[in-house]
Amino acid sequence: MFRTRPLDHLILILGALFLLVPVLVAFMTSTHTATEIHRSGLTLLPGDNFAATYTKVLTQQGGFTGQITGARMLMNSAILGIGFALGKIVLSMLAAYALVYFRFRLAVPMFWVIFTTLLLPLEVRIMPSYQVMAQLGLLNSYTGLIVPLLASATGTFYFRQFFKSVPDELLEAARIDGAGPVKFFIDILIPLSRSMIAAIFIIMFVYGWNQYLWPMLMTTEERFFTLMRGIKSILQVWVGSNIPDYNEAFALAVLAMLPPVAVVVIFQRWFIKGLTESDK
Amino acid sequence: MASLTLSAVSKSYGGAAHAVDSVSIDVGDGEFIVLVGPSGCGKSTLLRMVAGLERITSGEVQIGGRAVNTVDPADRDIAMVFQNYALYPHMTVRENMAYALKNRHVAKAEIAARVDEAARMLELHPYLDRKPRALSGGQRQRVAMGRAIVRKPAAFLFDEPLSNLDAKLRVSMRAEIRKLQRRLGTTSLYVTHDQLEAMTLADRLVVLNGGKVEQIGAPLDIYHRPASTFVASFIGAPAMNLCDAQVAGAALHFGGIQFALGPHGPAQGPVTLGLRAEDLRLAAPGEASVALRIDHIEELGAQRLIHGAVDGQEVTLAMSPSEPLSDTLAVHVPPQRLHIFDTLTGKRIVGWDGAVTTAQSVSAWGAK
Repeated sequence: MFRTRPLDHLILILGALFLLVPVLVAFMTSTHTATEIHRSGLTLLPGDNFAATYTKVLTQQGGFTGQITGARMLMNSAILGIGFALGKIVLSMLAAYALVYFRFRLAVPMFWVIFTTLLLPLEVRIMPSYQVMAQLGLLNSYTGLIVPLLASATGTFYFRQFFKSVPDELLEAARIDGAGPVKFFIDILIPLSRSMIAAIFIIMFVYGWNQYLWPMLMTTEERFFTLMRGIKSILQVWVGSNIPDYNEAFALAVLAMLPPVAVVVIFQRWFIKGLTESDK
Repeated sequence: MASLTLSAVSKSYGGAAHAVDSVSIDVGDGEFIVLVGPSGCGKSTLLRMVAGLERITSGEVQIGGRAVNTVDPADRDIAMVFQNYALYPHMTVRENMAYALKNRHVAKAEIAARVDEAARMLELHPYLDRKPRALSGGQRQRVAMGRAIVRKPAAFLFDEPLSNLDAKLRVSMRAEIRKLQRRLGTTSLYVTHDQLEAMTLADRLVVLNGGKVEQIGAPLDIYHRPASTFVASFIGAPAMNLCDAQVAGAALHFGGIQFALGPHGPAQGPVTLGLRAEDLRLAAPGEASVALRIDHIEELGAQRLIHGAVDGQEVTLAMSPSEPLSDTLAVHVPPQRLHIFDTLTGKRIVGWDGAVTTAQSVSAWGAK
């Protein structure tokens, strides 16, 4: 039998602490008042301002126009994250379906064109994308926020690889069973891809949730602000003798962390399966 | 229930070579036809063309008198059983069997009745609500059969359905498929590379080689009268011994003895002589015989296979394990069991059959 040695545990504990302590510090610090934080820095001990701070960031209207609350920003981030993830899954599944199951001219070159765009980060095309959206009059709208980022080389690539691993006999059996292309996609392929969909959903949700640059360019009205921008704007008010609301920034950061964590926890089982095995 | 006709069906993939070359088969109503051949002989391609999964390059496939070359697989009124079963992994056994009917908008009650009937026939009732992954190989195979049965198709197509099963299960499933097919009376086309499976299942066998039909016939006909050296070596285990022999005068010379041929014997010169291992036996005293030098022995329990050489040519002999052995055996070759093939074309030489009468020894060995 393999004997567990204390050293192994020590390494694991250190690793866990390394990841957990910053989160803990952020949470604990957020329960103190801004003045305390400014005076004594980060802390590991809980303060007594938890309820006050969190109620304030979630409900108090802030920003320049006074229209935006933390809850609103949470909602915006959620719309962005979910819209992103779902849109990308639908688009990339359809694209991969076409690439794998239909014989058409230039399918392979097309795939490689899509694939190479994996190498280009969003920032490379951010200006042209912005201009297109501006000319379509889609600035300051959810459509403008979400649609330009939907085409996903990563998703298409993953789904293509997955579809290729589905045995051909399934398609043939379905054809003999009288399932056309649409039926095969809906009845067979989508249920088979469940774990893949879960995996992509997590990755894309977190990606969308964490978007910062794109929402900043696309939206100028505060009612479209996402959490990421909210945190930033709290720290920007360092004017005169104001102390920045560190506690609020930390509280927002903690809040911003929760939904992705929730998504990962919920989809975790499928997620791991999707990345490691193709269940046949 | 319908007949199935293939007329000069060919398949080529762009190049000049034909994967399937002008194959014609008439399958009668309710007949069980087995396509057999080594891998790459085109048997699966042929089946897939009947199913509509491969395009037919030329020729015509008719199911129930209707040409189906351009008909969609779903509308050909066939059902197919795949080698790896191809069950839908996310559906229960019941849903798997019902899927084809659902797509054809069969009424719910009718679907339930048919699934129930098929499940009863295949003893699948305890598993109806399980997913395929929770079933053993044999059970999955039954589900695949059930999926075919509920369709009540004009023809069943089997693509090596038993090759993923272990040997014991294969034997029992083989019997079951045969029984089921008899009972349903559905025309069936069955592909296998296993000649034993082919022999036991088929009403008629189609032996394919290199995309061409080598021989069509009842299993025993093919066994006893193989049309070519290819069929001779493919059907029957152990494979038929094929030896070089000479026709000189009105006699066939082999291993130091000669067989008198009738008036219609083959042309002079070299021929290929085919001898079934199980037709050879130890010579009785005074009988003409050839000398077999033993190389090695395979003990099969009920039978003993003796591999050796006659005149430097490999010969296998099947005999009972109780018979005595020595380094060299005197083997009797029954003249009425000779198969003679053209050395160049490999085709069976006909016309002389039965005319062989006696075997005379011309060497010291035979006299022993």
